Amino acid sequence: MSLLEVKDLQVRVEEREILHGLSLTVNPGEVHAIMGPNGSGKSTLSHVIAGKPGYEVTGGQILFKGEDLLEMAPNERAAKGVFLAFQYPVEIPGVTTWNFLHAALNAQRKARGEDEISSPAFLKKVREVAKSLNIPQDMLKRGVNVGFSGGEKKRNEILQMALFEPAVCILDEMDSGLDIDALRIAADGVNALRSPERAMVVITHYQRLLNYIVPDVVHVMSKGRVVKSGGKELALELEESGYAQFEDAA
Amino acid sequence: MNVVAKTETGRALGDAFAVARDRLPGKGKIAEQRREAFEAYERLGLPHRRIEDWKYTDLRALMREVLPLAPAPDAAALGRAAAAVKLRAIDGVRRLVLVDGAFAPDLSDLGKLDKGLSIRPLREVLDAGDSALSAQVIATDVSNPMIALNGAMATDGVVIEIADGTVLTEPLHIVHVASGTAPASMFTRSLLRLGRDTGATLVESYLAGEDAKAYQTHDGLIVAIGDNARLDHVRLVEDSVDAFNISSATVSLGAHAHFNTFGLTSGGHVSRYQLTVTCSGEGSKVETNGVNLINGKQHADTTLFMDHAVPHCASREIFRAVVDDRAHSVFQGRIIVRPDAQKTDAKMMTRALLLSDDAEADNKPELEIFADDVTCGHGATTGALDESLLFYMRARGLPEKEAQALLIQAFVGEAIESIASDPLREVAIATAQRWLQARA
Repeated sequence: MSLLEVKDLQVRVEEREILHGLSLTVNPGEVHAIMGPNGSGKSTLSHVIAGKPGYEVTGGQILFKGEDLLEMAPNERAAKGVFLAFQYPVEIPGVTTWNFLHAALNAQRKARGEDEISSPAFLKKVREVAKSLNIPQDMLKRGVNVGFSGGEKKRNEILQMALFEPAVCILDEMDSGLDIDALRIAADGVNALRSPERAMVVITHYQRLLNYIVPDVVHVMSKGRVVKSGGKELALELEESGYAQFEDAA
Repeated sequence: MNVVAKTETGRALGDAFAVARDRLPGKGKIAEQRREAFEAYERLGLPHRRIEDWKYTDLRALMREVLPLAPAPDAAALGRAAAAVKLRAIDGVRRLVLVDGAFAPDLSDLGKLDKGLSIRPLREVLDAGDSALSAQVIATDVSNPMIALNGAMATDGVVIEIADGTVLTEPLHIVHVASGTAPASMFTRSLLRLGRDTGATLVESYLAGEDAKAYQTHDGLIVAIGDNARLDHVRLVEDSVDAFNISSATVSLGAHAHFNTFGLTSGGHVSRYQLTVTCSGEGSKVETNGVNLINGKQHADTTLFMDHAVPHCASREIFRAVVDDRAHSVFQGRIIVRPDAQKTDAKMMTRALLLSDDAEADNKPELEIFADDVTCGHGATTGALDESLLFYMRARGLPEKEAQALLIQAFVGEAIESIASDPLREVAIATAQRWLQARA
C-alpha cells in the first residue's frame, strides 16, 4: 500500500480555488521533491495535508496508509505519523522547548494508546538527538523558537522530526532563509532520517536544496496541478530552463 | 443634591445593620465609629454603574439580595470548613482561619510565635477596648460605600503586628472559609502592621465547604509597611460558584519599603477587589500583579489605586485576564502622581485573552500626573489566542485544549513569575492548572 495518496485534490481559500485536481502517490522509503513557482499551490498542499484551518477541500481525497486524512484533526494526523516541517516555524514565548516537546510527544503516544514517556527517558532521548544536530542544551530551555536564528529554527524542526519518528515528513521550503552552512546541517539531519519505512516530500523553489537531499521523484507544480513528474534530472532541467515552459501546460 | 434612590438590597443591608449592631464587638468609641461608617454607606448607597469606579461592576444590578449575617460556626460548620482548608493546605505556613466571619482558634496555629510577632483575633482586640488599635482597624475610607459598610459590620478578623527588626521566616496564611451550611453573608476585617526593618509574607485564600450554599463575603485588609520593611503578599480567590466576594486592601508604605503583591481570581460568581496602595515614604517600591482566570458567568473586578504621594518611588503593575464562555473581567488601574512626587517611576500593563465570542474584558488604565519630572506609562491589549501558534502545536500532536492550556499558562506566566517565594509560586501555578484542567 502507498503511504500517502493525494487524489484529484481541489482546495479553495476564501472562494478562490488554489488546487485544481492534484494527484500524488508517495511510497515508503521514497523522497519526492515538489518544485514550482510562487503561487503554484505548493504550500497550500502541505498545509492541507497537515490540516491547517482556513482551507476548504471541495473535491478529492488524501489517504494516509489507506485512511481518510481529511477526517482527522491536525493532532490526530501528527499522532498517526504525518509531520510538517514549517517554512516559518512560529515563536511561542513562555512555553519552553523542553515542555513543549515533552507534552507533544506524550500527547502523540497517548493518542496511539502507548504509555507516556518518563521525564528521564525523554531527557535522554532529546539530548541525543539535539547533540547530533548540534543544538545546544540551553536552546531547549528557552521559549519555543524564541530568539532563534533562521538556521536554529529549521534545526529545531528537524529535531522534532527525529523525536516524533513520523512515517511521512513534509518539508515546506526548508531552504528559505538559510545560508549554505545552515542548509548543509539541516540537510544532513534530514538525510539521517531517511529510511525504507519513511517517506519525505520536499517542497522547494530551488534546485539547490536537492543537491543535499537527493530525491527519487521530482514533480513540477504549476497553477494548482502537478504538470510533470520525473527523476532527479528533472530538477536540473528546471534550473536550466525555468518554470515558464510549464505555465502554458497548466 | 445627590439623592440616593434606595434599592431593596440597599435597604436590606440597613436592616441587617440595625439587627446586628448590638451584637457587634466593641463598645463606646468603636460603636460610634461603626455608626459613622454605616451612615457613610447609607449616604452613598449600593454602588451602581453611574458611579465611575463601579461602572463595570454594578452592584445594584448584580447583588439582588442580602443574605442573613452568618451565625457563629457550629461543630458541623467547622467540620466542613476544616475539610476545605485541608484540601488547599499549604506546607510550611502559619495558618489563621476565619470561618463564616469568625476566627476559628481550633483550625488556626497560634503556637510558638516568633519573638516580635503578635497575632490576635479582631473580636478580642475590639472587646478589650484598645482604642488606638481599634481606631486604626475601624477608621475607614468613607468615600467607598462597600469599605464603609465593611467597617460598620466587621465581626472578626486578625490583627497582626510585627515589631521593629523582626523578619518572619514562616509565611502567614489567612484562610477565609465559608462553611456553606446555609446562605449567609460575612464581614471580616484584618490589620497587618509591619514595623521598621521587618519582613513578612502573607497569603490569603478564599475557600468554601463542599457544595456550599450561596454566600457573600466582605473583607477589608489594612496594611501598614514601616520604613525599610518588605511584605510579600499572595491572594488566591477560589470561592464557590455562587459566591459574592467584595473585598478591599488598603496598603501604605514607609520610606524604602517594598510591597510585592500577586492576586489570582479563579473562583466566585461576582468578585470585586479594590487595592489601594499609597507610597508615603520616599524610595519605596511596589509590584502589583494579578491574574483572572474565569469562565461560565463569572464576573471578576480588580480595581487598583496606586498613589504616589512622595518622590523617588517606583511601581509596576502587570495584570492578565483569561476570559471564557460569558464571563466578564474588569481591570481598572489608576496611577496618581501627586505634585510632590517627582522622579516617580510607574508602569502598568494589562492584557486580556478572550477565549469565546461572548467573553468580555474591560481594561481601564489611567494616569493622573501632577508632577513634571516622572517616568510613567501604561498599556492595555485584548485579543484571542494566536491561531498560527495553535496550529503549530496541534501539528505536533497536542489536542486543541492542551495547546490552549500551554498558551494560557504562558500568557499568565509573566504575572505569576513575579511571586518571590518558590513554593508560593508553585501554589499559584497549581491553582491556575486546576482551572485549566477543569476546562479541558
